[in-house]
Amino acid sequence: MPVLHSAPRCASNEGVLDTLSVALGPMLVAAKEEHGEIVLTVARQGIEDALRLLRDEHQYQQLMEIAGVDFPSRPERFEVVYMLLSLTKNHRILVKVTASEATPVPTVTTLWPVAGWLEREVFDMYGVVFAGNADLRRILTDYGFEGHPFRKDFPLTGYQELRYSEEDKRVVYEPVKLAQDFRSFDFMSPWEGADYVLPGDEKAEPAPPPVDKPVTTEKKGDSGAGEPEDSKAAEKVSPAPPAKQDTGEDKKDAPKATDSSVPKDDDEKGGEA
Amino acid sequence: MQLEQSPTTEGEVVDNYTINFGPQHPAAHGVLRMVLELDGEVIERVDPHVGLLHRGTEKLIEHKTYLQALPYFDRLDYCSPLCMEHSYVLAIEKLLNLEVPLRAQYLRVLFAELTRICNHMLNIGSHVMDVGAMTPNLWLFEIREDCLNFFERASGARMHSAWFRPGGVHQDVPLKLLADMAEWLDTRLPTLFEDAMSLVVDNRIFKQRNVDIAVVSRDDAVKWGFSGPMIRGAGIPWDIRKSQPYDVYDRMDFEIPVGTNSDCYDRMMVRVEEVRQSARIMKQCLAEMPDGPVASTDRKVVPPKRAEMKSSMEALIHHFKLYTEGFHVPEGEVYVATESPKGEFGVYLVSDGSNKPYRCKIRPTAFSHLQAMDFMCKGHMLPDATAILGAIDVVFGECDR
Repeated sequence: MPVLHSAPRCASNEGVLDTLSVALGPMLVAAKEEHGEIVLTVARQGIEDALRLLRDEHQYQQLMEIAGVDFPSRPERFEVVYMLLSLTKNHRILVKVTASEATPVPTVTTLWPVAGWLEREVFDMYGVVFAGNADLRRILTDYGFEGHPFRKDFPLTGYQELRYSEEDKRVVYEPVKLAQDFRSFDFMSPWEGADYVLPGDEKAEPAPPPVDKPVTTEKKGDSGAGEPEDSKAAEKVSPAPPAKQDTGEDKKDAPKATDSSVPKDDDEKGGEA
Repeated sequence: MQLEQSPTTEGEVVDNYTINFGPQHPAAHGVLRMVLELDGEVIERVDPHVGLLHRGTEKLIEHKTYLQALPYFDRLDYCSPLCMEHSYVLAIEKLLNLEVPLRAQYLRVLFAELTRICNHMLNIGSHVMDVGAMTPNLWLFEIREDCLNFFERASGARMHSAWFRPGGVHQDVPLKLLADMAEWLDTRLPTLFEDAMSLVVDNRIFKQRNVDIAVVSRDDAVKWGFSGPMIRGAGIPWDIRKSQPYDVYDRMDFEIPVGTNSDCYDRMMVRVEEVRQSARIMKQCLAEMPDGPVASTDRKVVPPKRAEMKSSMEALIHHFKLYTEGFHVPEGEVYVATESPKGEFGVYLVSDGSNKPYRCKIRPTAFSHLQAMDFMCKGHMLPDATAILGAIDVVFGECDR
């Protein structure tokens, strides 16, 4: 496909994928070139060696960024993506590993000191642990924050909110209370594979669930059309409720007249007369 | 160093002590908290605490359509909003493989360079003010005000323009704006800027505060992930506009200034020269800008003109679909980095084929620069910390996201 867009044009990708695939050898799990990006997936344990090889032998000198991505449906739900830049070859590649909450990724702070904060950020946002990073504190979230907010199962609103309390003269933390629910509109076209009941279409017949054994009617009682057991119930007629009688009592609890211009005393006197 | 007989501590030994800098400090350029360990007035260790302005932009973007997510980028580096948008729209266009008309590319480059001037005015001014001078900052703010007026005339907003759109720019500019811009580049900008710089660049006090402060070797600059004026200050001629040109930067004739000594003074002087080069690029854009559409005519991405909607049913449908459902971006992942005024600003965009980004990782420039604060400050005096911070050019909207 010809390149039509005007995004940054670095050196040609031609042959790079093959060269790097051969160089990485058994460390490589998958390699692809899509949308002009070379993406190499390597085994988690080999990430440090792979990146060292790329830095020292293939001139990818700079580690620009480490990004975490969460795919909750996968067995190893997190992806950690390393963006490498070669200043001399004028080229970029992405290197990936997968991880789960329980599987630590070896740190690359041994190769680039810049990885320290980048790994801290991925840890903070996704809870991916980097084995060997000596300073794996939270970085972007609040002091004492709990949870990993960029996981897909973490709600957008979070759990805690804070405000300045005039009574306590300090900032207080409270559970999130929203005056209005977060409105997530779904504008996806319903004709293109929506797997939910369309709004306003709730009464439509849902597709019958598949059954193992089809139900058959053998006796009259099974059909539900037999004689009702309490067939005499409809004959009973209860007496009408007693009619309410006006006792003429003054109702103390009756609301006062709302017109405040009328003097209260006059109103009461008028009632007596 | 320990004082044997101190009149104030009554014989007790004073060790290193720790002070807290920020988060509300005028020299912190925003909400930066630094825990500084000092030996007398010499910095032993710096522990920057960032994230006080963390708003979860990346998470919010996952819940918005591609177009709705665009204004969040203005709010990242609010000193150079259009350059933030630039990376994002280019990332979308790369995934869509969408062609942008030439006039739109020229307009983008023109306004990206105007943004660079605008950003450098703020940074140079505040850097100079951090080390003690007041006047240049006020003079530079006059230029910044002019820039903001140009943004307003193009987009309607002074700062948060949301003017770059996937496929081009939102609206064409009036001819008078381009004419005024050309006149401003010839008259007002050089006068005001060179006037202000004549007070600073050879100033003895300014040099005393900046020369030989925070010298970073080339190797260190590469290892710590430096970019932009920070890596050019270290003497590496690396500029994404030149080496990986996007839009029409490959048609532009401009020089890349580099430093020789890799100190705070060099970083600042690189920025000063970049302003002149940006003005040069802007002049070329104005001279060469062709006529034509300012946004792609692919109606599945770019909405039609309002006048067209009055008569064409199809245009109306496109408009409705684009502003409700938005456009779908093919599955895939890209990392697109552009040269923002502060350095490499990257967007790692993962699409699952729907109308919302699955993941949008923003690569801020200040994050890696700030991480190097510890090693740059070590052994310097406490007042140098503000000069180093000023030369990093950090804006917390971008650093914390």
